[in-house]
Amino acid sequence: MSYFSSIPQAPADSILNLSVMSKADPSSSKVDLGVGAYRDDNGKPWVLPVVHKASTRLATDPAFNHEYLPVGGLPALTGGAQALIFGHNSPAVEDKRVYTIQTISGTGANMVGAVFLKQFKRPENAAVYISKPTWGNHRSIFQTAGHEVREYRYCNYETLGLDIDGMLEDLRAAPKGQIVVLHACAHNPTGIDPTAEQWQQIANVMEEREHFPFFDCAYQGFATGDVDRDAFAIRLFVSRGFELLVAESFAKNMGLYGERTGCLHAVTKSSDLIPMVSSQLNRLSRATVSTAAAYGAKVAGTVLQDPELYSEWLGNMTEMSSRIKTMRDALRDKLVALGTPGSWDHVSNQIGMFSFTGLSKAQVAALREKYHMYLTEDGRISVAGLNTNNIDYAAKAIDDVVRNVK
Amino acid sequence: MLSSATRTLLRRSAAAQAPARTLSTWAQVEMGPPDAILGITEAFKRDTDPRKMNLGVGAYRTDEGKPYVLGAVRKAEELLLAKGLDKEYLPITGLAKFTTAASELAYGADSPALERLAITQTISGTGALRIGGAFLQRFHKTQQTVYLPTPSWGNHAAVFRDCGLKVASYRYYDPATRGLNLGAMLEDIRALPCGSIVLLHACAHNPTGVDPTPAQWQEIQRVVEEREHVAFFDMAYQGFASGNADRDAAALRSFVASGKAPVVLSQSFAKNMGLYGERVGTFSIVGADAGESDRLLSQVKILVRPLYSNPPLNGARIAAEVLTNNQLRTEWLGEVKQMADRIIGMRTALRSRLEELGSAQSWNHITDQIGMFCYTGLKPEQVDRLAKEFHIYLTRDGRVSVAGITSSNVNYLAESIHNVTKD
Repeated sequence: MSYFSSIPQAPADSILNLSVMSKADPSSSKVDLGVGAYRDDNGKPWVLPVVHKASTRLATDPAFNHEYLPVGGLPALTGGAQALIFGHNSPAVEDKRVYTIQTISGTGANMVGAVFLKQFKRPENAAVYISKPTWGNHRSIFQTAGHEVREYRYCNYETLGLDIDGMLEDLRAAPKGQIVVLHACAHNPTGIDPTAEQWQQIANVMEEREHFPFFDCAYQGFATGDVDRDAFAIRLFVSRGFELLVAESFAKNMGLYGERTGCLHAVTKSSDLIPMVSSQLNRLSRATVSTAAAYGAKVAGTVLQDPELYSEWLGNMTEMSSRIKTMRDALRDKLVALGTPGSWDHVSNQIGMFSFTGLSKAQVAALREKYHMYLTEDGRISVAGLNTNNIDYAAKAIDDVVRNVK
Repeated sequence: MLSSATRTLLRRSAAAQAPARTLSTWAQVEMGPPDAILGITEAFKRDTDPRKMNLGVGAYRTDEGKPYVLGAVRKAEELLLAKGLDKEYLPITGLAKFTTAASELAYGADSPALERLAITQTISGTGALRIGGAFLQRFHKTQQTVYLPTPSWGNHAAVFRDCGLKVASYRYYDPATRGLNLGAMLEDIRALPCGSIVLLHACAHNPTGVDPTPAQWQEIQRVVEEREHVAFFDMAYQGFASGNADRDAAALRSFVASGKAPVVLSQSFAKNMGLYGERVGTFSIVGADAGESDRLLSQVKILVRPLYSNPPLNGARIAAEVLTNNQLRTEWLGEVKQMADRIIGMRTALRSRLEELGSAQSWNHITDQIGMFCYTGLKPEQVDRLAKEFHIYLTRDGRVSVAGITSSNVNYLAESIHNVTKD
């Protein structure tokens, strides 16, 4: 009788499972619109040219080694990341009211923030509110950290645009002082972002109800192609005097995915609070990972701190975001040209890597079975998986299932 | 660039009233405890004396006192750069090529346990302890306390507590002999409730450098098995202790071969491959059969996903290359032996010099102990004097990182230690 006999089999991760199925599919016409990683026009992973340059620089630097980073992380990364998120002349940064700790990408940042909030949130029973829908791992992260998790309305499933009234109503109806997870830009999975005016309205309600904002920023520069525009919401909240957390990832915008490069930023009211907040975040991080991964941080830090490389990086991001925009518009146009029933404007209006197509579970299954097209069962496609070689095929496939499968 | 409308909005907001709540969200956050080792490093940095020595650092240094990037690691990096690989996410459990090779290194390439191993790549040793702790917290409901040797690595307690486990201890180090108090250790482990989680340092005990002999390990194994405890091995110095990877894993392999106690392992490549900051490690559970280990791994994945989704790429690729490329592996094992030998050499030199100086005390423990650290037996007051009068920095428990000793400073160190201990 094994010691472990009573431990049950756990369910497989649905998104990663999709990837496994797609990889195993031998069909030459298969289209992978599942996992959220950028692909070039040939459907291949793309290591950014500027990342190649930075890597080569590190490889030829005689001072390069593998020593431990400080607990807070690599200063070149954390300093550069602060300037990137909050802006180069951010008063919050200049007032020394921001503490940044390096993390294991965005997931690590979300988790460190979640554990920190569990220990220090006020009121002690404040729940964490996530958008309906949101990235699959959000609920798991905050529950694992011990919070109660609730939802606020977000996606209008009929228009496939923002349900701003529902969102504001839910935030207003919540007890005072709750924690609200907000996607800074390029909402995952819907691609639906509030406008500048809507962000103001959201900030008004957050202020009124004394809610605490926890921004998840995984696509800065990747959404509109402009890093300042994509940071608008965060900077708005900071300028309005909010204290907040930002979980930042360089997985997509620098293509560093597997190197696990990210940061958690804490913005406080006063620099007096920074020694306490930083010491607690450091302590938490020390007990989970000791220190974060060095290599990706050095690559990102090199890019962020060198004006030439930084400028080149902005160009690489524009290349990614414009290819994605081109594919959005192309898909929409082709569906319109095919006369596919329904409105398809949402495909080009939504922003970032993902599009919430509005396809039903049955239609998604049919796409997989008949057309070897892989997308998650909520109808989310990773637009990065579309390219000039497969867009016609994809449009026709969608047209077919919309007409013939309910 | 922001549109002018957007800039106007931002300007207006900045001028708007501050939120109604005047007290910061963080007002009740207390100062976290100071990090003992960090404090030493800061004091060392501030010191301007040319003779200063930092014996707190837990990273290998060459005889010139410099960080060391292993030749095998450099070559592996060159090979990898030439391959032009992408940076796609690893699976949740990491790079299979790495975890397979790592498991063979730990358990032995022909170990039957390999067929029934649940193994995941982790954020170095700390991450492995964290996943292991989380796994036991969730699935080992009968006993939720981890028993650590006294003393143990400073971060052990913090990691296990943050997993939601309780932490207690068993006697280990004998200050009188500066060696192992085997009798007390066996007594304490025998007295624990059946099925307790016992953390064991596989080799090169941190911070004392005191390891059980093979015969002593047999006795420890008997008691652990008798009481059906969970043997949680922490192996952060394989190859680095004796210079021989198989010898350093002997205790672990003996427990696994016997199969009477459940074994879980935290494995780190920080020191033996010098990959410190790249965070390369594994956590594994020895299951009853392949089916069981699949089941266990499915649960491990559930634990990993909310913590960090998947582990870092770079270090795992380097380690995999070194372990699976025959030339690099041979070179690596040679370099690990060299590092271990330099450390053994410094131990010998320190002890000899102290004896030459006519120290009345016994310094045998310096060469009896093994691995990166030496528990000198120095008292806190003596440690403070070493810092203030001699510009030598070590932790107040008397722990010296032997890696910080070089042929140019070993005499100065011996003289200074003699100075503070001769009265």
